[in-house]
Amino acid sequence: MSGILVYALHYQGEFNKNSLGAVSQGAKLARELGQDAAAVVVGGDDLTDELCASLGKYGVSKVYRAKAPEGLAQPVVDVMAKVIRDNGYSYALFGGGLLGFEIGAGLTARLGAGVTMEVTAIKAQDGKLVAERPILQDSAVVDVDYVGEPGIVIGRLNAFEIEESGGGPAQVEDVDVQLSEWSTKAKMVQRGEQRGADVNIEDADILVAGGRGLGKAEGFRMCEELAEALGGAVAATRAVVDAGWYPYAAQIGQTGKTVAPKLYLAAGISGAIQHKVGMQNSENIVAINKDPNAPIFEFSDLGIVGDLNKILPKLIEAVKAKKGG
Amino acid sequence: MKICVLVKEVPDAAVEKRMDPSTKRLDRSGEKNLNPFDTHAIEAAMQIKEGGAVDVDEIVAVTMGPESAVRALHKAVSLGADRSVHLTDPALAGSDVCATGYALAQVLKAESPDLVLLGQQSDDGECYTVGAVVADHLQMPSLTQVIKIDVQDGKLRCERQAEYGYDTVEVELPAVISVGDAINEPRYPSLKAIMGAKKKPLDTKSAADVGIDPSRVGEQGSRTAVLAINPPPAKEPGEIIEDEDTDETVQKIVSWLEERKLLA
Ligand SMILES: Cc1cc2nc3c(=O)[nH]c(=O)nc-3n(C[C@H](O)[C@H](O)[C@H](O)COP(=O)(O)OP(=O)(O)OC[C@H]3O[C@@H](n4cnc5c(N)ncnc54)[C@H](O)[C@@H]3O)c2cc1C
Ligand SMILES: Nc1ncnc2c1ncn2[C@@H]1O[C@H](COP(=O)(O)O)[C@@H](O)[C@H]1O
Repeated sequence: MSGILVYALHYQGEFNKNSLGAVSQGAKLARELGQDAAAVVVGGDDLTDELCASLGKYGVSKVYRAKAPEGLAQPVVDVMAKVIRDNGYSYALFGGGLLGFEIGAGLTARLGAGVTMEVTAIKAQDGKLVAERPILQDSAVVDVDYVGEPGIVIGRLNAFEIEESGGGPAQVEDVDVQLSEWSTKAKMVQRGEQRGADVNIEDADILVAGGRGLGKAEGFRMCEELAEALGGAVAATRAVVDAGWYPYAAQIGQTGKTVAPKLYLAAGISGAIQHKVGMQNSENIVAINKDPNAPIFEFSDLGIVGDLNKILPKLIEAVKAKKGG
Repeated sequence: MKICVLVKEVPDAAVEKRMDPSTKRLDRSGEKNLNPFDTHAIEAAMQIKEGGAVDVDEIVAVTMGPESAVRALHKAVSLGADRSVHLTDPALAGSDVCATGYALAQVLKAESPDLVLLGQQSDDGECYTVGAVVADHLQMPSLTQVIKIDVQDGKLRCERQAEYGYDTVEVELPAVISVGDAINEPRYPSLKAIMGAKKKPLDTKSAADVGIDPSRVGEQGSRTAVLAINPPPAKEPGEIIEDEDTDETVQKIVSWLEERKLLA
């Protein structure tokens, strides 16, 4: 067996940035191993020859294309299992995102394969890949080796950089796959619904982010006031977006946006990995949390251990006074 | 309808978790508890049962783990499960995701549930994957990170956040669903339920009891091996202010921001 197969997720005619990072990374590792890298795409008619071949820019010579329902993992498991079995790939690679976890897990079962997730770096070593995976809330990093083949590598969000390697258009090969019976038993009713107002947070230099520690939806008023005083915008965690306290468009993290403002002020946010991956590159991180053991203090530049209900109102007044004066 | 809920015993949140450098496995000494994410799965099962859209005959808590894991099962039963199954066998120690998912699927096959529910992640392993591994072995449709489940005409209508926003997916039964922690607010067990938990039926199964192929589990059946445990990349520790006098705290924050020209 040899070679690396990378899953490339697309939506509305465009490839996912994390997938392009994974394709670039896969191609680079394959070169280091002296092997080939290919991509696999699954979907409908928007997967044109041109779109698929464009993955060649990121270093893959071949793209397998299969027609199957989009946005669900199990049909992709069927496709990738077949491509891996027919062509003998040694590794399957995924960028950060929810579907990668599900497809990778399905392949693990189908092929009896080893899997690593939240991988932040991959090394090519003695003709094999070794994955670096942070564990226990990033308090340690383990080097993981695969026993047998194939090995499944699921990356962390934004772990792999997009790199154009100067390759020409990739060869596109259609694969005909008989979906498993159970893969057809989940049907997408509605995809990509944007809940709540459409706010723009990606261009803001200053973000005031709120989490479950705000206590209730009304707590976001304090974030809005502080953001206004600082001349910034408001962001949120998945916990509060799922609870309906704040619009999805303001969500930072694995299934939300990635930002790197000059100032990220987090109020009542624990700092879970899936949130961290969307904001850890901010220039200055300030966190207010009443729990001195909150993980966010591990990666903030200024941490305030205290009750946000006491601190935020006074901070709003103080910032207003400074800016006004 | 029969619902199986997969639950796991994990080190208590208050315990500092670490790897044992000699075995390269998680150090499992110290206080343990039911994985907090799994309480949402039990609550989801209870809400389906109480919702009335479908008749739920029983809710079965299932775990794979050492002897001590019965306590997680007792907790699961106190939260509403009718009975529990404990897969325990020295041969299973050291299983990775591939092996764990296979072993759990073998126990579940013996139960033939209509619905399998899981938590979004284990607090110690943080793999997010066991649900989808189990589903493929059981040949059932599956979805993870679900934050709303409605039972309609013998199917599940599920909502979750994926890469591009909220997705609504219709899933036929039998199915495997892992639930996100925003799906519900788990109830507290009553004193009576806590006291009664040990009296509810508990089946203990060995690997052979559920037809597990020993070569596919434990350390030898695992497809990954930890080569090394390293500290995370060093990062300058940030400044910490304990809020005692809030006016003073706020002054410190403002000066800190000013020094970095963030109040310009
Ligand atoms: C596949 C997957 C994808 C995910 N994607 C995302 C994502 O895109 N974005 C995201 O954010 N999360 C995501 N999550 C969820 C993530 O794991 C966390 O659950 C979430 O980020 C927690 O949000 P939180 O910090 O608001 O809530 P919590 O973790 O509940 O933290 C609340 C914090 O507030 C503090 N607090 C409470 N009261 C006060 C007070 N009065 N004053 C000060 N502090 C107080 C508490 O000490 C606590 O630390 C994802 C999870 C998974 C498994
Ligand atoms: N040993 C186990 N026994 C029972 N259930 C488990 C076990 N390990 C994981 N699970 C289930 O799988 C979910 C996801 O775990 P993980 O994939 O390890 O993050 C957990 O919330 C549990 O519901």
